[in-house]
Formats: sequence, C-alpha cells, structure tokens
Amino acid sequence: MSARDRILAKLRATQPQAPVSAPVLDAHYSPRARDESSAERLARFRTGIEGFHAEVHLTSNADWPELLAHLCADKGIGTLLFGADTPAGRRLDPAVFTGTTLRPWIGQVEEIKADLFHRVDAGFTQARGAIAETGTLIVWPSEAEPRTLSLVPPIHFALLDARSIHPTFFDALRTENWAAGLPTNALLISGPSKTADIQQTLAYGAHGPKELIVLVINAEGAQQ
Amino acid sequence: MSAHTSSAEKDAGKPIAFVSAQALRERMHDAVNDPHLRSSFRGAMDFLMAKRAAQFPDESELASLRTLSEGIRQYSLARLPDLLEQLETNLTRNGVQVHWAETPDEANAIMLGIARRHEAKLIVKGKSMVSEEIEFNHAMEAAGVGALESDMGEYIVQLAGEKPSHIIMPAIHKTKEQIARLFADKVPGVDYTDNVDALIRIGRDVLREKFEEAEIGLSGVNFAVAETGTLCLVENEGNGRMCTTVPKVHVAITGIEKIVEKLEHVAPLFSILTRSATGQAVSTYFNMISGPRKAYEKDGPEEVHLILLDNGRSQAYADEQLRKTLQCIRCGACMNHCPVYTRVGGHAYGTTYPGPIGKIISPHMMGLEQTHLLPTVSSLCGACGEVCPVKIPIPELLIRLREEANTAPHANPAMVGQGAGYSPLMTFVWKSWARIYARPGIYRTFSWLATRLRVLTPSSQSGWTAARTPLKPAPRRLRDMVKDRR
Repeated sequence: MSARDRILAKLRATQPQAPVSAPVLDAHYSPRARDESSAERLARFRTGIEGFHAEVHLTSNADWPELLAHLCADKGIGTLLFGADTPAGRRLDPAVFTGTTLRPWIGQVEEIKADLFHRVDAGFTQARGAIAETGTLIVWPSEAEPRTLSLVPPIHFALLDARSIHPTFFDALRTENWAAGLPTNALLISGPSKTADIQQTLAYGAHGPKELIVLVINAEGAQQ
Repeated sequence: MSAHTSSAEKDAGKPIAFVSAQALRERMHDAVNDPHLRSSFRGAMDFLMAKRAAQFPDESELASLRTLSEGIRQYSLARLPDLLEQLETNLTRNGVQVHWAETPDEANAIMLGIARRHEAKLIVKGKSMVSEEIEFNHAMEAAGVGALESDMGEYIVQLAGEKPSHIIMPAIHKTKEQIARLFADKVPGVDYTDNVDALIRIGRDVLREKFEEAEIGLSGVNFAVAETGTLCLVENEGNGRMCTTVPKVHVAITGIEKIVEKLEHVAPLFSILTRSATGQAVSTYFNMISGPRKAYEKDGPEEVHLILLDNGRSQAYADEQLRKTLQCIRCGACMNHCPVYTRVGGHAYGTTYPGPIGKIISPHMMGLEQTHLLPTVSSLCGACGEVCPVKIPIPELLIRLREEANTAPHANPAMVGQGAGYSPLMTFVWKSWARIYARPGIYRTFSWLATRLRVLTPSSQSGWTAARTPLKPAPRRLRDMVKDRR
C-alpha cells in the first residue's frame, strides 16, 4: 500500500458519517452587496488601494497612452516592458514616449531573464478587473502579458477599466464564474510589495515592485 | 545577552525533534525572566491586537464571517478524503504532479528525489511552516542541496541560525539593531545600518540574485481548491510569487487539511485570514496557481509539484473533538492574544508551532511523550478561542489533551503517547480528594481532623510552594463558625 492509500484509508475509516451541510455564502454577502453607483465604487477602490501605497490616475480611453508616457517621463523610466499583442499594448506609440524605450516582451523568459532582472525599469499590464471592498487589482497573466511582467520590474503600471470593478472578491469570482476556467496563474494585487518583518516597521519594495501605478479609464466621470 | 538568548543559542539550528520537551519548564522560566524579550513581545502583540481590532469595527459582520468560515472548514473536513482525491484528479489534469507523505522523512525524500532529478544546487523558499515542521532545511543541507529562505523574516532567522518565533512574523523577537548587526556580520560587503528601508534593500538585493539562480522554488499553500485544482498563496513581499514563478520547478508542500471544495470558499477565508493575522484588509498578493507553464506561455515553472503531508493530522482527524484542530487556517491570532505567549515568546515552547495552536497541534505531530506538558502552558483564559476566526474551541481541546496525557494508559488510545504524564500518586490524591468532598460524613471528619492537625502541614508543598506561601487549614471550620453565630 502506498502512502497515498494509507492516508486515504485512515481518513475514510474515521470520516464522520453524518453529512455536514454545504456552507451558504450568499447569506453573508448579499445583504452587504452595496447598491452603489459606479462612481462610489470607483471611489472605494481608489481609497483602498491608495491606502496600500499605490498611485491612482483617472483618465479616459482616448488619453491614457499619453498619460502613461508622461508618467514614464516623470519617473525617469528608461525601459518599459509590455505585451505588444494586447488591445492596450497595440496603442503604445514610441513617438509619444520620449526618453523611454518601449520594449515589447518577445520570446521565453529564459531568453530575456538578465534584462528582465537588471535592465527593465517598469512593466505595463492590463488589469482584468478590481475589487472595491479592499482596493485590489485582479490580474490574469497571459501569453501576451506573462507572470513576471507584474512582478520583477521595480515599477508596475496597470491599466484598469472602471467598469470592471466588483464590490467584493466573492462577487468577482461568482459573476465571472472563475471556477469554470482559471488561467495557470491568477493574481490579486493590492499595492506595491511590502514587509513589516523588521520590528513591525512597514517598508515598501520587498521582493516585488516598489511602486504600483494604476491608470483608471473612467468613461463616466470627470478626469483628473 | 540574557538567559533566554543562551537557552535559544543552546538549541540554535538543531532540528526541533532534538529540542528536549522536558526542558520546557527551564525554557519557560528563562524566557519569563528576560525583560527585553518580554517587552518586545508585549509591544508587538499589543500592536497586532490593535490592528486586528481595527479590521472588525462591525461585530455582526465579524460574527457572520466567523460562522461562515467555521462552516466552510468543517464542511471541508467532513469530506476530506473525497476532496483530497478530487484535488489530486484536478491538479493532475492541470499538469501538477501530486505526492503523498505520511512522515516528515518521506516528504523530504520526495523533495530530494525532485532536486536530484534536476541536479539542483539551490532551492529558494517562500514562507512555509510545513517545511519548518519537517526540518526541510536540515534535510536538504545534509544531502548537499542549499535551501535558502526568502521571506525577509525567515531569511533573518535563518541567517541567525535560529527558528521562527511566530508563525506569521518569524523574526518578531529581534530588534532592528540586532538585525543590523547580523547583516553587517553575515552578509558580505554590508556595513552596519539600522535603517529599516536600507536593511530591506540589502535583503532584496541578496535574494533577487538567488531567485534568478535557483533551480527549484518551494512554497507552502494557504488553501488548496479541489474543484479547480488550484493552490492559493497569501503574501505581502512578492517572494512567494518569485519562488513559484521564476525557478523552472515549483514544489508546494502542505498539510492534508488545507483544502476547500469550491473556489468561492476561499473568498471569506482569505478575508478573515489577513484581517485576523496582521490586521490587513487584504494582503498585497493573493497568488492562485493552477498549473505549470503551458506550451504557448512565456514564463512560469515548467514543472509544478504538490506534496501532501499527514504527520499526525489523520490522528487528530479520527476523533470528533480533536478534528477541530484541523480547522486552523494559521493566522496566528491565538498567539497574538495569548497572555502566556506574550510573556514567553515563541522559542520557549520548543515546537515548530508555538502558542495556543502549537499546544493543540504539536501533540499529534510529535506524540504526547514529548509534548504532554504543552497543554498545561495555559491559564485557560479563553482569549484564543474567542479570537479564532474559525472558532476552534482551543481551551476545550487543551483540557481534552490534559486528560489524554494524564489518565492511565488504556487500550485503543485516541493519541500516540496517551498517558505519558500519568502519575499514580497524583491520580490517587485527586481521587481521594473527590471522594472526601462528595461524601458529607467523610468530609466532616476530614475537616475536623484537618483543623486539629494543622500544625503538621508541611512547609514544602511540591509545586505550590515554589512561588507561594504554604497552604494551611484554618484553625476553625466554617461550619463551626456558623454554628456559633446561631
């Protein structure tokens, strides 16, 4: 008998006979699902993620590439790594990015690992959505925007459409039916990486990005 | 520097199993007499308690979330063998290789097999208490494979040759000055600085190279989702993502109990975990891994493995009451709120898991022979049970473990080492006491004798007089005094 069979046999022999009823999550969440406007939802998301030290900029679908270029210039980004084969990636125009080299991700990570770790200043990805309750981005890495793009470069720029903000994590995974098909890696990101492991003193830029900058396309509201 | 440091040094770097549980009293004594240790833990625990409280302003929301979380954990445990099989099927379908280990040795052997196949020289580790439980670093080093901790706290503790003193904040016992000295001594080319940002930058730079270099990344698991075959990891630093993304092989290790059926079950558990643990509304990262790099993907590990470890958990599972131990989601709130933990710190327990949860889980992992005193390291104040996010009745379980440890050894015991603390004399004394107090006639005779023979009471009364004045019967019985009044 293998370890597997022995463990399972032990558990089966002592498994409780009386059925335990399945937990009902809706009861906890539904009275709390807020009947809020999209502006309120965006405001909650913003307050939350800014509380985690992220920078938020509201923009429009027309203006965000230019805003990204400005932010890169302001922060002195030498090289911005991005996924070229995405709707957002296709809109990045090198002519607008003065002083910043736009570098599309090409090839397997092994081929660009040294550059990724040592020569790229920032990564740009789209966010799949966000969570208002906690101020959290939902990021699903993909073929075009690999996992390390939002992890290894010191600065992470993320593009978010305000219409994709959910009230809670539960609402996001329930309404989009995540259980039917998750990617190999799915992420919730709330701010730049941090640690309080030295005397409970908070420090940003632990092992992941030191800065998280969110560009929010807000079709409805005023921009700033 | 202090008595506690010296006893910690004595055990420094030794595998937990070599730390004598019999020395528990000595360690507790040393720790409680160390004012530095006590003030640093007091400060840290007050900080964590306040942060947790601030996350739960609405008591009814907390009550509802605790009930829901307890329900999810109990439901998952009731179906544990089925869910483990479902998890295995779905992970395998996703391309993840699943391994099973009954003991720490088996788990380490599986890991070494993977390391040898890849000719790995370095394994870079995300935070994993199960890896501490199996003495992973020792086993790898003994076999000539490097194992490097990458969580900042764990890195500090490993550099110092110590063990974590808290399951969430491993280096909580160290001051920034001690860490500054440690870095200056142990990290090549580093000068003394006690600026926290500078210290973190040093750790970041050292470990970034290692993420690039390591062939294998190891991680723990916070929740394993059976229906999708997904491993969920909670972290702030990004080292967990590094370990599970950059090296070409990712090995996750977890106890068999950390499983839920549905993906949606992780939503409430994740929320109550971070809020209870560090008082954060959410952690920086929630990393959901459902498989290795696919042919069309550009990064991620080429192989993903999961090691499922029993190590005594199936023993706890077999008993309806003890099974509740396995509801734990490892938030550490019980230790943050424990008056004993706050006074002695994590090292004094001598077990991988310190504090209240350590007292109820360690006896299953190590047997009661070594751990029968652990459940007595408690005032039964009940704080741990009150803050537990999944409502584990820790005080009840402590009493149950005391019974298991101290009743005469019998057939078919619920636990290995049952009766390890059994003393026939002690049992006789307490039984006689109970008999006397249950029978009014005998009680009257006894109390009459006690008042007359009070001069004979010994001045040394075993443990009682170690820190208290001797017990002596009163000169007159209550019943006599009442009689006088009438």
